Amino acid sequence: MQFMLLFSRQGKLRLQKWYVPLSDKEKKKITRELVQTVLARKPKMCSFLEWRDLKIVYKRYASLYFCCAIEDQDNELITLEIIHRYVELLDKYFGSVCELDIIFNFEKAYFILDEFLLGGEAQETSKKNVLKAIEQADLLQENLDFQIRLFPGVLGPNVSAESSGLFQS
Amino acid sequence: MPAVSKGDGMRGLAVFISDIRNCKSKEAEIKRINKELANIRSKFKGDKALDGYSKKKYVCKLLFIFLLGHDIDFGHMEAVNLLSSNKYTEKQIGYLFISVLVNSNSELIRLINNAIKNDLSSRNPTFMCLALHCIANVGSREMAEAFAGEIPRILVAGDTMDSVKQSAALCLLRLYRTSPDLVLMGEWTSRVVHLLNDQHMGVVTAAISLITCLSQKNPEEFKTCVSLAVSRLSRIVSSASTDLQDYTYYFVPAPWLSCKLLRLLQCYPPPEDGAVKGRLVECLETILNKAQEPPKSKKVQHSNAKNAILFEAIALIIHYDSEPNLLVRACNQLGQFLQHRETNLRYLALESMCTLASSEFSHEAVKTHIETVINALKTERDVSVRQRAADLLYAMCDRSNAKQIVAEMLSYLETADYSIREEMVLKVAILAEKYAVDYSWYVDTILNLIRIAGDYVSEEVWYRVIQIVINRDDVQGYAAKTVFEALQAPACHENMVKVGGYILGEFGNLIAGDPRSSPLVQFNLLHSKFHLCSVPTRALLLSAYIKFINLFPETKPTIQEVLRCDSQIRNSDVELQQRAVEYLKLSSIASTDVLATVLEEMPPFPERESSILAKLKKKKGPGAVSGNELEEGKREGGELNGAGERPGDSSAIGASNASTPSPSADLLGLRSAAPVSAAPPSAGSLLVDVFSEAGPAAPAAGANDDGFLSSAPPSVVSEDPAPPLPESDELLNKFVCKNNGVLFENQLLQIGVKSEYRQNLGRMYLFYGNKTSVQFVNFTTTVSCPGELQSQLNVQLKPVDPLVEGGAQVQQVINIECLTVFSDAPLLNIKFRYGGALQNLTLKLPVAINKFFQPTEMSSHDFFQRWKQLSQPQQEAQKIFKANHAMDTEVLKAKLLGLGTALLEKVDPNPDNFVCAGVIQTKAQQVGCLLRLEPNAQAQPGEQMYRLTLRSSKDTVAKRLCELLAEQF
Repeated sequence: MQFMLLFSRQGKLRLQKWYVPLSDKEKKKITRELVQTVLARKPKMCSFLEWRDLKIVYKRYASLYFCCAIEDQDNELITLEIIHRYVELLDKYFGSVCELDIIFNFEKAYFILDEFLLGGEAQETSKKNVLKAIEQADLLQENLDFQIRLFPGVLGPNVSAESSGLFQS
Repeated sequence: MPAVSKGDGMRGLAVFISDIRNCKSKEAEIKRINKELANIRSKFKGDKALDGYSKKKYVCKLLFIFLLGHDIDFGHMEAVNLLSSNKYTEKQIGYLFISVLVNSNSELIRLINNAIKNDLSSRNPTFMCLALHCIANVGSREMAEAFAGEIPRILVAGDTMDSVKQSAALCLLRLYRTSPDLVLMGEWTSRVVHLLNDQHMGVVTAAISLITCLSQKNPEEFKTCVSLAVSRLSRIVSSASTDLQDYTYYFVPAPWLSCKLLRLLQCYPPPEDGAVKGRLVECLETILNKAQEPPKSKKVQHSNAKNAILFEAIALIIHYDSEPNLLVRACNQLGQFLQHRETNLRYLALESMCTLASSEFSHEAVKTHIETVINALKTERDVSVRQRAADLLYAMCDRSNAKQIVAEMLSYLETADYSIREEMVLKVAILAEKYAVDYSWYVDTILNLIRIAGDYVSEEVWYRVIQIVINRDDVQGYAAKTVFEALQAPACHENMVKVGGYILGEFGNLIAGDPRSSPLVQFNLLHSKFHLCSVPTRALLLSAYIKFINLFPETKPTIQEVLRCDSQIRNSDVELQQRAVEYLKLSSIASTDVLATVLEEMPPFPERESSILAKLKKKKGPGAVSGNELEEGKREGGELNGAGERPGDSSAIGASNASTPSPSADLLGLRSAAPVSAAPPSAGSLLVDVFSEAGPAAPAAGANDDGFLSSAPPSVVSEDPAPPLPESDELLNKFVCKNNGVLFENQLLQIGVKSEYRQNLGRMYLFYGNKTSVQFVNFTTTVSCPGELQSQLNVQLKPVDPLVEGGAQVQQVINIECLTVFSDAPLLNIKFRYGGALQNLTLKLPVAINKFFQPTEMSSHDFFQRWKQLSQPQQEAQKIFKANHAMDTEVLKAKLLGLGTALLEKVDPNPDNFVCAGVIQTKAQQVGCLLRLEPNAQAQPGEQMYRLTLRSSKDTVAKRLCELLAEQF
């Protein structure tokens, strides 16, 4: 896999993970182009498309698009399930995950991804093992225990879409 | 609010993120961010030492700001500090920041590498994993240099935790991808392969990606992985859905690992060992059988995972291409998917069937699905699926179904999406040519193409139809008749006018017997389109008119009148005006015999690969059109007397039109190259020549005659390679410290070069750009290694296209092997004919000994120790010379790095001096070199000098490097 992008229906980038060296300028250009391309597609269309010399695999979960770029010989369907497993991991960790969780805890979203995929390849596909690694890390934290549920009142307006669970049916 | 902050909340961060989200406008957001940046900066600069938590919080805020798309130019140091915190979350945030925002600041890299080194040796598995993740995320060369030796050891050590092994495997993979020369598996190979047998499924899953990548590059060394992979696969495939516990995904056992195993096997031919092969075939059969079983779950995840394995298995079956039974079963399975309700499966089935179509065993089986595929082309709602259907139709096309497929593609073109029209046009054109049994069908098809999708018909397509018509006399009459009819449509595409003008100009006589298409009718028809056409088409039509005068003397007065009218003979366009003037003169002065000779029918084009095929290949990128297909194209093209040369107007009728070089700004596509000075060849002087001559016989001496109108004497230039250009040494000097750029340029030709070197091997790409609008023919290049260079350097030239179209560029690959040290540069001779004249020039190929440098990092102590060891007088070469350029430290550094050596910081006691070290890699030996450059920067400009000293274990090397480098500063 060459990179993974998470963005909202409004085209806001929520997470970006690059597995090939690219300049910031190039990254921004790719992101802009892909967000546009994917958002322009209709719901029933197929989840794969050719883009430059890569294959794009994407799937929408509630308000978020998960979009991966893979190489010619890579397997599209298994990539689709990589996305799904990542969403499952986020869901399990945050407890019914929504876009807001990823916005406010972006660093956690990156940590979970690193446990699951490394260098663009699946490192550990067992849900239990990935979460075990993350939770062990959480246990290691210092005693400055904030354990704060997201502070009521500090949230922005219009959060309804962003706060709907990614696994809503 | 449902959002939960697990672990360590950072309240300040959450508040900041909310603030940003509450910003009503972009300006407000930027304002808020700038305020925060100022705040963080003051905290970082403040006298009060920040505690770890605050540092973490601010670094995290900076990261957030960066991820929003803003630039961050500070905080790196604080992030690096976090790396050495012993609190896990602080360390973790530090690593995350570094992973996302790496900076090539060498000082920092050193600190980061230090922190990583500590964590790797901490024996704390979570810390080790963090460090490995960081290396894998950054994957830079510096990190490869520092850790590529250590990680294999961690990977195979008996006491390494499973999770660390997983990270180490993929970390190594990333380093191997960026710096394959630094990752040496050697002694570890067999232990790495045996990770396929590891008890822990996660370790196997991670390790197999590494093994696959290594196998692709070194199949021989890793081939023992085949039998291990087969037995692992067999165990998974035959296990019940619950056996693998958490590695079962929606009732599918280990789908990711299965796919990776099947992928690994695709790096190898079918196993030779009968037992292994039998077991593998059994696996593949089981996978195909399972596809027919009822699903164990209705969830799409179940079917996706199952089918992911199935498609990978089919890819392996196609890769082997040796089991007819499996191939046909695969084809039937895909056939079922073609009508599946899941769009994704239909898409993949179409894609996968494309490769099946090229196997002799399954080609017929694929063909049975033609109706379904045609239906998909017509009814699929998603353009990317329709595209796949079109690809498959193209792949399954053969003589038996060509007419049906071409007809369907043509009718689809009328409604096709703009994005794929051009490609469809190319495909139709290729199929029509490849499977034409009678050429009237071919001509009809191409004219239909132009009618339906004229805008998308590229030059190659209409050049090609003309080539074929010219080369086959049995179709010329039909072509003339058909194109004449097509031109009668009230609105016809300009491409139709071009084809019409050309064909009637050559073969109009074949239909002139019919009063409905008498010469004058033909002429009037063509001329009725004239005013609607662009300049190039008008130019072509003028040429057609002069050909008419030859074919039909009765049209001469009419045509002369047209040529004589002001809108032609005084046209503001130079090309049109020139043609009108020359043609008018030619028709009034020359005798019938001369006219007949000059305007003779075009000779057949030489046989060449179809240029359309090449275009399609280029469009789809390498690999899109299989080599097989190209070969086939060539063969079939041959049957047609196919030719790849451009029958463009310029070569057809020799108006001297070399005057306008194409204005393509970046002829070579080398963005890094120096700006191209596009001085147009002297168009003006050409015209003067034409007017100053009494008759049309000699329009211009020199470069631009092409044999039709010119009576210039045949070229008498010697065919022996010319001596090297006087400036070739200077040109060579430009490339000592860089690998890419423009090597040479004159009014006709530009030569760009790109090169890359690894160890003692190099590959150079030369790009020859034709700056004129006239083709270069008999374009040949040779490389010679004079004298002793022959035994020092092995240079291999890949063939280059002997024809370079006007405005086009061709590429040539040169492989270079350095056998032993050398001093001279190889000579590159280029010969071609431009117009009638032979061009012959010789340059020096920009290969110097320093290209084979391998940088060597060493400490100050090591450096001076080696420096002293090389103290014999012949081991040193020294030069003191005046600075030619300003003494800019950064520029000097860049040049020294470009030289290929490692630039060693903090080695020389005098900070103004530069020292470098490197090893020259040749096949015969390795030669260590040390360099010291001492500028006297304080001197007045104009009096600034350098002292350059080189020491090397081989005297000639020190001397040669000293010579090369003295020209650079």
